[in-house]
Amino acid sequence: MLLTPEDINAIGLSMKVALTATILSLPFGFAVAWVIVYKAFRGKVLLEVLVNLPLTLPPVVIGYLLLLLLGRNGFIGRMLMESGFPVIFTWKAAVLASATVGFPLLVRSIRLGMESIDPSLVDASRSLGATWQDALFSIILPLSSRGILAGSSLMFARSLGEFGATIIVAGNIPGITQTIPLAIYDYASSPSSTAMALSLCLVSILISVAILILHETVAGKIESGRNR
Amino acid sequence: MKLSIDIEKKFSAFSLRFGTTIAGKNTGIFGPSGSGKSTVVKILSGLMQPDRGEITIDGECLFSSTRKINLPPEKRRIAMVFQQALLFPHMSVKSNILYGYKRCADAQRRLNPDALLELLRLQPLLKRGPGNLSGGEKQRVALARAVLANPRLLLMDEPLSALDDTLRFQIIPYLKSVSTEFGIPYLFISHSLVEMQLMADHAIVMEEGLIREETTPEMLARTRMAASRHGYLNLLRISGAEDRNGMFACRWGGNVLLVSENPGTGEALFELSSREIILFKKNPEAISARNLLQCTVTELFRSDTRIGVELTSGGEKLVAEIVPRASEELGITTGSTIFAAIKASSFRRLS
Repeated sequence: MLLTPEDINAIGLSMKVALTATILSLPFGFAVAWVIVYKAFRGKVLLEVLVNLPLTLPPVVIGYLLLLLLGRNGFIGRMLMESGFPVIFTWKAAVLASATVGFPLLVRSIRLGMESIDPSLVDASRSLGATWQDALFSIILPLSSRGILAGSSLMFARSLGEFGATIIVAGNIPGITQTIPLAIYDYASSPSSTAMALSLCLVSILISVAILILHETVAGKIESGRNR
Repeated sequence: MKLSIDIEKKFSAFSLRFGTTIAGKNTGIFGPSGSGKSTVVKILSGLMQPDRGEITIDGECLFSSTRKINLPPEKRRIAMVFQQALLFPHMSVKSNILYGYKRCADAQRRLNPDALLELLRLQPLLKRGPGNLSGGEKQRVALARAVLANPRLLLMDEPLSALDDTLRFQIIPYLKSVSTEFGIPYLFISHSLVEMQLMADHAIVMEEGLIREETTPEMLARTRMAASRHGYLNLLRISGAEDRNGMFACRWGGNVLLVSENPGTGEALFELSSREIILFKKNPEAISARNLLQCTVTELFRSDTRIGVELTSGGEKLVAEIVPRASEELGITTGSTIFAAIKASSFRRLS
């Protein structure tokens, strides 16, 4: 297998971006799923549409909108720039792009997990003296763990493959914002680099298989823990 | 414990109006499914809000639409045992049992968990997960969990309905003894008259979202005797069974009864329908029924087209059911002596 130092850098960066995006999104994903499942309010459909929009929008569109928002002339971008925290064309922009694109997958999985919880269990915990926050952390959170796990795996995998939105907001700067898909894209455009491109493809396949195996193992552990 | 409740709640196809004061320790709410029993439970526990009304327990207001008070469920100190055990699947039996106890303020922890575990015989189950408990074990764990939350009132919403007959009557003594030993009053909700007779001293009868009457389970069973498919069900506690030619001779008060079902060792609960008792004016001397009891008629009551005859024999009571014509022919009056014949196979073992 042929891997240049830049490739290794790209692999490391991909993992860092995917992991950061997943971990940062988890609390928000959980909160949004909870609101959708347990709260009744006007405009709930609107929230659902908004959450799921990145799933149906072309990633390039998302990238472009993020660029407008975070760029030098964007409202948030200018504030970030002034506070000495530039985001655009850094790895943080790649995180934001991945988080936006992967968020609907995370929320969907957590929501499915929450919807499978018998609401009477929450009633039982309340009647035993648990406040709603207590019930949220002692009953709903652990019982959604399979959904949270599935959502995190999906989101991590989706982030590893993120291309369209990332190339627009983070660019394709080797060593700084070049993730695995962007590096493969570079190699693919020159005919002499087929072996290099294939090596990175192989790395991608290995990481994906590892995620799937990890997901199945942890899910199996959760399941067997419940059937003691 | 004194619970005053006066509430109203409207749904699209059903409306509930429930107003009463409950002072006894063992009160039952009886009614067919759909009569609003479970809605009352939800409203009492704070899991559902009534449209208007007031609920106070021992002087503390739990809900008042006029004073804008609505205590959340966790502040009401009303624990529940549901039809399904609803154990938390991700926790061990022990963590389930201690869930409410851990959330209870020190000042309110009156109960000793070990004594309760002993009473409910839960020690061997503590380390297991709820996934592989039997139905009866699950319900015992759920009961322990509710009681250890140190509630001032225990709501039991059809806690026995999901269990088969044998288990049902095995759990009843646990339900009763927990309440007596630990001094927790309960409200027992059921559509089963036998369960009411065994669990409650006082019964609130609900129909179509309204309180139809307040009475005792005994009176309820008597008035419904004629209409019920099984007549009045006599509940007999018998003990000291001895094998006698393939049947079992047991003590019931001052009498010896022959039953065909094995009562096992210790005390057993049997039921006997009022329709399975045949009355004779004089001793018939030879009959095929294996039990012939000399009884005194202590009361006569009417239930639609039937007459209920309360008999006393050996210090115990039985209710037999006859038609008015038979009553005239036998010349039954209060205080008269009569013979009751019962087949050994008519007794059905409950526990």
